[in-house]
Amino acid sequence: MKPKYFSIPYVGWMAMFVVAPIIIVFVYAFTTPGGEFTLRNFSDMGIFMPVFFRSFRLAFIATLLCIALGYPVAYILAREASRVQLVLFMLIMLPLWMNFLLRTYAWMSILENTGLLNQFLSFLGLPTVRIINTQTAVVIGMVYNFLPFMILPIYSVIVKIDKNLLEAAHDLGANSFLVFRKLIVPLSLPGILSGVTMVFVPAVSAFVITQLLGGGMVFLLGDLIEMQFLGTAHNPQVGSAISILMMLIVIAFVILMNKFGSGEEKAVGL
Amino acid sequence: MSKKPGFFGRFYMGFILFFLYAPIFVLIVFSFNSTRSRTVWTGFSLQWYQRLFSDGTILDAFYTTLIIAALAAVISTVAGTIAAVGFYNMRSRWRIPLTQINNIPMMNADIVTGVSLSLLFVSLGSVLQFRLGFGTLLLAHITFCIPYVVLAIMPKLRQIDRNLVDAACDLGCTWMKAFWKVIIPEIRPGIINGLIIAFTLSIDDFVISYFTAGGNIMTLPMQIFAMTRRRISPEINALSTILFMSVLILLIIINVRDVKQEEKLKKRAAALNQ
Amino acid sequence: MSKELIRLSNCSMAFDGEYVLKDINLYFNDKEFLTLLGPSGCGKTTTLRIIGGFQKPTSGDVFFDGVRINDVLPHKRAVNTIFQKYALFPHLNVYENIAFGLKLQRQNGKKLSKAEISGRVSEMLDVVSLKGFEKRDVTSLSGGQQQRVAIARALVNRPKVLLLDEPLGALDMRLRKDMQSELKRIQQATGITFIYVTHDQEEALAMSDTVVVMEGGAIQQIGTPEDIYNEPKNAFVADFIGESNILDGIMHSDGVVELFGRKFQCLDGGFSPMEPVDVVIRPEDIDIVDAAEGTLKGTVASITFRGVLYDIIVDFHGFKWLIQTTDLSPIGTEIGIKIDPDGIHIMKKSEFSGMYGDYSSFSDKYDDIGDAESELELEEAEGGYET
Repeated sequence: MKPKYFSIPYVGWMAMFVVAPIIIVFVYAFTTPGGEFTLRNFSDMGIFMPVFFRSFRLAFIATLLCIALGYPVAYILAREASRVQLVLFMLIMLPLWMNFLLRTYAWMSILENTGLLNQFLSFLGLPTVRIINTQTAVVIGMVYNFLPFMILPIYSVIVKIDKNLLEAAHDLGANSFLVFRKLIVPLSLPGILSGVTMVFVPAVSAFVITQLLGGGMVFLLGDLIEMQFLGTAHNPQVGSAISILMMLIVIAFVILMNKFGSGEEKAVGL
Repeated sequence: MSKKPGFFGRFYMGFILFFLYAPIFVLIVFSFNSTRSRTVWTGFSLQWYQRLFSDGTILDAFYTTLIIAALAAVISTVAGTIAAVGFYNMRSRWRIPLTQINNIPMMNADIVTGVSLSLLFVSLGSVLQFRLGFGTLLLAHITFCIPYVVLAIMPKLRQIDRNLVDAACDLGCTWMKAFWKVIIPEIRPGIINGLIIAFTLSIDDFVISYFTAGGNIMTLPMQIFAMTRRRISPEINALSTILFMSVLILLIIINVRDVKQEEKLKKRAAALNQ
Repeated sequence: MSKELIRLSNCSMAFDGEYVLKDINLYFNDKEFLTLLGPSGCGKTTTLRIIGGFQKPTSGDVFFDGVRINDVLPHKRAVNTIFQKYALFPHLNVYENIAFGLKLQRQNGKKLSKAEISGRVSEMLDVVSLKGFEKRDVTSLSGGQQQRVAIARALVNRPKVLLLDEPLGALDMRLRKDMQSELKRIQQATGITFIYVTHDQEEALAMSDTVVVMEGGAIQQIGTPEDIYNEPKNAFVADFIGESNILDGIMHSDGVVELFGRKFQCLDGGFSPMEPVDVVIRPEDIDIVDAAEGTLKGTVASITFRGVLYDIIVDFHGFKWLIQTTDLSPIGTEIGIKIDPDGIHIMKKSEFSGMYGDYSSFSDKYDDIGDAESELELEEAEGGYET
């Protein structure tokens, strides 16, 4: 038995459970319920355009917020002593061990009109806020759920940056800000890029968060797809077409981003 | 990275940790609430913990989740290990495209993976006369776990000195024996890592399960989701508090043990150097 | 006289259509210490891996004791290997590493007894002077100690042939010298055939009974260390082994060669009249005399102190020679040289003619000698690993 043949069973598995399902989605997207070829599933997509725009807009905002909040965390984390680093790292990852539905559900308790946040605000004598069932609540839910997926890859890149490189830069006369901007940021770019992929994809296709924190008022692509498959609309053909379009846009976005990213890296000469 | 973060850095870190833990804290606190309210504290009680252990629906869902997670983790770890070793020994002409296909379930949106698998199972089911249920749920979980196992093991394989396998063969091993006696021990940390990742992913998954489980079987996340449409019973808070605390305690034990071992090693090294 | 043990006949090896071994014919005698010597990428490691059974030759045959063993797997061959960087099993301790092969052995279908295994392991630990290290983690050992474990692990199986792939490459200079004599001692004590791969010519000359010089996937010369040094077959061998000045000459008749338009006496013969040849003159065979007395006149261009000797570069008509001497002549002095007939060695023109032997870029050349670490890395990239 030659070792290279070890993967043959799994190659078969992938063909069956990874490739075939995608092919089936494509077949559905281009057929009528009767099984005839059609392009209508795509040409009728116009009515869903607002949902597409809303989803991508919110996913963008959530991703940017994750970078803004997560990058400093990764950076600070990487500068801590190794023992502290380990503990903080665990603390950041630990919430992932609690079911994400529950954590999101807990945000309902906090953000509700009579929830803990508003209780706290009125306790301080401040005006209360209306957050639940708005796009803000959905974005908060996304940032909360996906933030660790932004921190993790950025951290693992920053922590590997060669200290000699930073010292060399200081030695050559760069101040701390310059070192950060010209060295650390470009070198951590691959981490940011994979973080963006890890946050953007689930954000754009989120549907549980919208139902809990958006209360059905914020209708996104995930909800739309779910509705076509298991919900009231029940039209798997249209649902498949929406899925394909969504993933194509995401893939195009990721490819563009990586092109831009690798260009940046080359500019630093690495 | 020599300079330690200052006060502002620490403060910011504290703020982020507060952001991450606030909801969890809320959940835990309200698991001890005396009424059903999830926003108003009415007094301490353990009634939700008591009720949890007599609630058949929740416990059933919990058992299903555990069984699926255990099976999916073990099967995908075995399959993923074998697959990773196979990939590793392939020429890059084959390896690169195959690992890219392997990455699809990780890169794809969960909802698309779920939807596509459900379409596959429905189509197959209509031909082979089966319905969505435990089997399809398990297949789906294995499918999305294997890529992570492969991902956890590949770096360990790449670290192995290629000569180790040759050395084992040279000393009398057949290739299979070398696989057991040398490769498996070398990549063991990766295998364990993969097993833990697979188990966690499977326990936590909602989206893919939601599309592939059919109507007759419920995992815990599905049960929670169903309840959120009405009102979540604090029993769920109680259950998640128990789960969260077990993980926390486990992590602490592992870490304390690691620290102790490290100190022991340091002492031994110091003794040897004298 | 010792008998032939292994034979490679017309062995070629190609990876993705690229030949790294071209039609090798080579035999190895029982109980001999044979070294495959050459720069990285010359095919020496591939040759070793073919003998070890880790690679099958693309064409040609391998014989062991007269039996064709092309298709015999490594674990069935009476050959053991010491790998580059040792390839010790990191998850096993010293004892378990050495006992690894014994635990797999079967005699008449039966496993070796525990007592026998531990007896042979401790005997081996004695040979490599590692008594008391049984329980130690191999990763906690120094490079030299790891090396000894690797030797013990291979020898404990009592192989007929031991293959050594740059075994000393990862050690520092001092330790390397010690291990060279240690290996030689072990080889003589055990009477096992050693096939040794190295790019270090000093190592090869110091240890071997027979040296095989390889380059470009082909054998350039086979001989005793003395033969290889004194009678190199072509410019490559002359340059690779020791230091050589290699010049274009014309053979007038047996014993007479023309260099720079002047005739020199030499001892070689058997060339056609007026045949162009490569002439090798070793730097230590050149005597410095007064400019007036010398056969040739040149100017000292640079001097490097080497301890016992000075390396001086002398410019003769634009061609730079390396001369090793104990006499110091300052830079810029004009000196004469004399060469005895036995200091001149004549070689036939070859594909390597004109590529070596000019010391115009002296310092660069010195740099790549003995740079073990970097050469090791290159050797690994030789495309050696196929399963």
